[in-house]
Amino acid sequence: MSKSTRSGQLGKSFFAMALSLTVCAISQGQQASEKNDKSSQANPNVSENVSRRRQKNNQPPASFRNVVRQVQSKLVKIVGSGGVRGWGSYQSGVCISEDGYVLTSWSYVLESDDVTVTLDDGQSFTATLVGYDPRIEIAILKIDANGLSHFKLDSAVTAKLGARVLAFSNLYGVATGDEPVSVQTGVVSAITKLSSRRGAFKSAYNGDVYLVDAIINNPGANGGVLCDRKGRLLGVIGKELRDNSLDTWLNFGIPISSIASSVQEIRDGQTIVQDRSDQRKPSEPMTLDLLGLVLVPNVVDRTPPFIDRIVSDSVAATADLRADDLVISVNNKLCPSIKALNEELEYVDRDAKVRLTVRRNNEFIDIELNL
Amino acid sequence: MTFKRTTAKTNCFRFTCIVLAALTLLTFNGTNLAHAQQTDETLNQKLPEELQQFEQQRIDAIAKAIPSAVAIFAPGGNGGGSGVVISADGYAVTNFHVVQGCGNFMKCSMADGELYDAVIVGIDATGDLAMIKLLGRDDFPVTKLTDSDQVRPGDACFAVGNPFLLATDFQPTVSFGIVSGTHRYQYPSGTILEYTDCIQTDAAVNPGNSGGPLFNANGDLIGINGRCSFEKRGRVNVGVGYAISSNQVKLFVSHLKSGRLVDHATAGFTVATDQDNHVRVDGILESSEVYRQGVRYDDRLIEFAGRKVTTVNQFKNVLGIFPKGWRVPVKFEHDGEILDTFIRLQGVHADGELAKLVSGNKNPPQRPKPKKSQPGKPSKPVPNQELPNETKKQLEANDQTPAEYENLFEKRNGFVNYYFNRMNQNRVWGLAVSDSDYGNYPKSWKLIGQNSQGTKVEIVLGDEQSGIKSGDDAFVLNMSDDLTEQAKENSNNAFLLALQQWRKMLQLGPSKFGQSTYWGEVPSAEGDQMELIVATRNILESNLLFDTNSGQLRWFESYLDTDRDPCTLEFSNYQTKNGLLFPTTVAYQIGAGKAETISIETFELGKVTKNNQDSNE
Repeated sequence: MSKSTRSGQLGKSFFAMALSLTVCAISQGQQASEKNDKSSQANPNVSENVSRRRQKNNQPPASFRNVVRQVQSKLVKIVGSGGVRGWGSYQSGVCISEDGYVLTSWSYVLESDDVTVTLDDGQSFTATLVGYDPRIEIAILKIDANGLSHFKLDSAVTAKLGARVLAFSNLYGVATGDEPVSVQTGVVSAITKLSSRRGAFKSAYNGDVYLVDAIINNPGANGGVLCDRKGRLLGVIGKELRDNSLDTWLNFGIPISSIASSVQEIRDGQTIVQDRSDQRKPSEPMTLDLLGLVLVPNVVDRTPPFIDRIVSDSVAATADLRADDLVISVNNKLCPSIKALNEELEYVDRDAKVRLTVRRNNEFIDIELNL
Repeated sequence: MTFKRTTAKTNCFRFTCIVLAALTLLTFNGTNLAHAQQTDETLNQKLPEELQQFEQQRIDAIAKAIPSAVAIFAPGGNGGGSGVVISADGYAVTNFHVVQGCGNFMKCSMADGELYDAVIVGIDATGDLAMIKLLGRDDFPVTKLTDSDQVRPGDACFAVGNPFLLATDFQPTVSFGIVSGTHRYQYPSGTILEYTDCIQTDAAVNPGNSGGPLFNANGDLIGINGRCSFEKRGRVNVGVGYAISSNQVKLFVSHLKSGRLVDHATAGFTVATDQDNHVRVDGILESSEVYRQGVRYDDRLIEFAGRKVTTVNQFKNVLGIFPKGWRVPVKFEHDGEILDTFIRLQGVHADGELAKLVSGNKNPPQRPKPKKSQPGKPSKPVPNQELPNETKKQLEANDQTPAEYENLFEKRNGFVNYYFNRMNQNRVWGLAVSDSDYGNYPKSWKLIGQNSQGTKVEIVLGDEQSGIKSGDDAFVLNMSDDLTEQAKENSNNAFLLALQQWRKMLQLGPSKFGQSTYWGEVPSAEGDQMELIVATRNILESNLLFDTNSGQLRWFESYLDTDRDPCTLEFSNYQTKNGLLFPTTVAYQIGAGKAETISIETFELGKVTKNNQDSNE
């Protein structure tokens, strides 16, 4: 038997031993963390932090500084022109690809002619809107950049009740240029379904959210991110919303799991802002009046098309459309606002069939109307 | 592939490994089962060791920090805030807007449950800082001012103070959080308060916390809380508080202790970012020192006060932490060349303007309107609040200021509390001259020595005439003619004028020399901290810089005009001759020009006031 063979076999044995020991270590770690979770207070990550503290004499105790720096490098500051309040509108966003896709919240800020995205290092880019999902109120922007520090959505994690979270955003627009975004800390207070209204109007999203005890929903914070204490992505910070029943402002983030598939659809090109270059307006278009639909008052630029009431004996009444339904699309074209819905109807002939998709409670219902 | 050719030895080895592995798995599993049972039984079990240590460390830091925190009460019980003691003799730092409604004397409580009297010392209205002095002890618990540039977002921190004026038992409130951002800039919007280079935190900071300390995880000072961002939820904390950095506080401490209304610094130029994200000069005063040093429009600003500048906000941030009169290094790029120089910072406000702004500003600042060109920053300082009745009663019982303290406040135009200015002037001057009584020599002085080339130099300083003879050259300064014009013509005249001013200061002392003000500490070009006295005599201003260690007068800067470089005298190698302390080396320089050094061997000072001059060696 040659030397090399023997050492090769020894090598295999050592490998097997090492592997088994590693497996043991991992399984012990998991079991240890399960044990700690059961004991409700302890978090294995704390001991990690504390021992790291002992190693680095210069680092202050209980500091998140390294994790914070890592995450901040992936966040962007978004500024648009216009907006309701008359001065520059702003919010936060996060890079989700190396080549410039940015995930943010879908809001009036993105309506501007000039949307500027500024990276953590201060570089600024004009962004184009790739698409948006008005149901979960997220949007994807694209900037012409490369080599960007980013989060991969598929390595996002979930958090348990009571988990420590870090919230990153450009609240109050404090950071400009190469100044990093702000960070706050808190815990997950609840994991629940959202029930809210924006101003006097409901939010389109009624799915799962993380409610946190830190006050993270501030002006400009929407589009920021929630991370766990290791800097792993949990969710996107939502817009400023009030809870229906309690009349308090909600501090919440939407889990990545609720967002990921929409993001993929948008990136695959499916949800794109309407291109009407090859459409013609009919001489006698369909109108809401003809259908018997009365929407809520068109107060702000992006008022969502909630139905206020149905005219009795109308086509809408027969089709069982109801007050409080939110019109999502007309003939499969998304209508995120009353303005967009009216515009879409201008391209529909009054004699043609109209297919509406509405959201009622948590369901999406397709309804066909014909005069 | 030779699977067949395995030895028994190797097989045995493999088998052992597998067995070991299996055993290890089983052992851990077994341990876990036992633990799982324990967990069910003991839900309220002890915290793991590391977590206990973590918690204890936090408790210790808080216990260490709390004693130095102060609750400040305005007289009559209408309002107040917080502060923190920085030296054992009772000097404490707080916000300007906290002391604004307090008058000259106020009451302060500390965690020991005691109520102390305090007197106002100095104010920095723009930067929202103020200094008070707690009275009655020389061993107050203090906090340590750290290097706030070491703070990073994510670091733990805690605020201590009296939010909502809750503390009827005088025990301060502690709120914990993290540092959310550093070097943050907050626009003045509606008030004169500009928060530059501040520390942002999500620790709960509420009305009443103003002026109070922000501590790091070790319980040492990193900032003074003073401002928050508010919006739709009203004036309660929303996780966005701002603290003046401890580094900025350090820069202002000696200036506030001077009892003055301290102004902030301006550099004589403004900047804007160009397309390549470079910061360039987009406005410059021709009367400014940077202009005299060669900086021009469109020059690129690289560094200011040792900090690299890449955005306009950064420039505003770094400039905003300095008091008027501070001196900083600056680095520009001009015409492709690097311009590295050291400048003296002027004040933002004109003389008297600051006093007017402060006295006119009796009401709490109005709700600011967000600026059009910037993302709305609707933040404002935390105001005074109504005290709970219990606290009011306690204050009423101790309402009067003891008579023994009344002399600690001295009113004078342009000063917050002249008492402290007088005290510091006397201290600094007393240390510099010690026993030397130059006033005994009111007649002409003669200095004889040689310059660096070995040429004999004779200087005569008299009240009618002054002159310098260097080898075959002679220059005369006529004291009755226009001194400024003569000095502008010729650098030797400027030198004589400066020496004259110095002689008069030694003879008369600061209060008789003219209007003298103790300014505080400023750095020299070499980076040493110096104590500064600014003295004006017959429109000519002089800056006297004293070494903080030896107390000796090191530099005497004589200004003909505020927009001209001074003639700077540097004194060294002091020796005592016949009971008088004299510098045996005198160097002089105009602006950044060539420096000349003279070693003085003989001092002949005229004593008798009549005709004959008796010399004294």
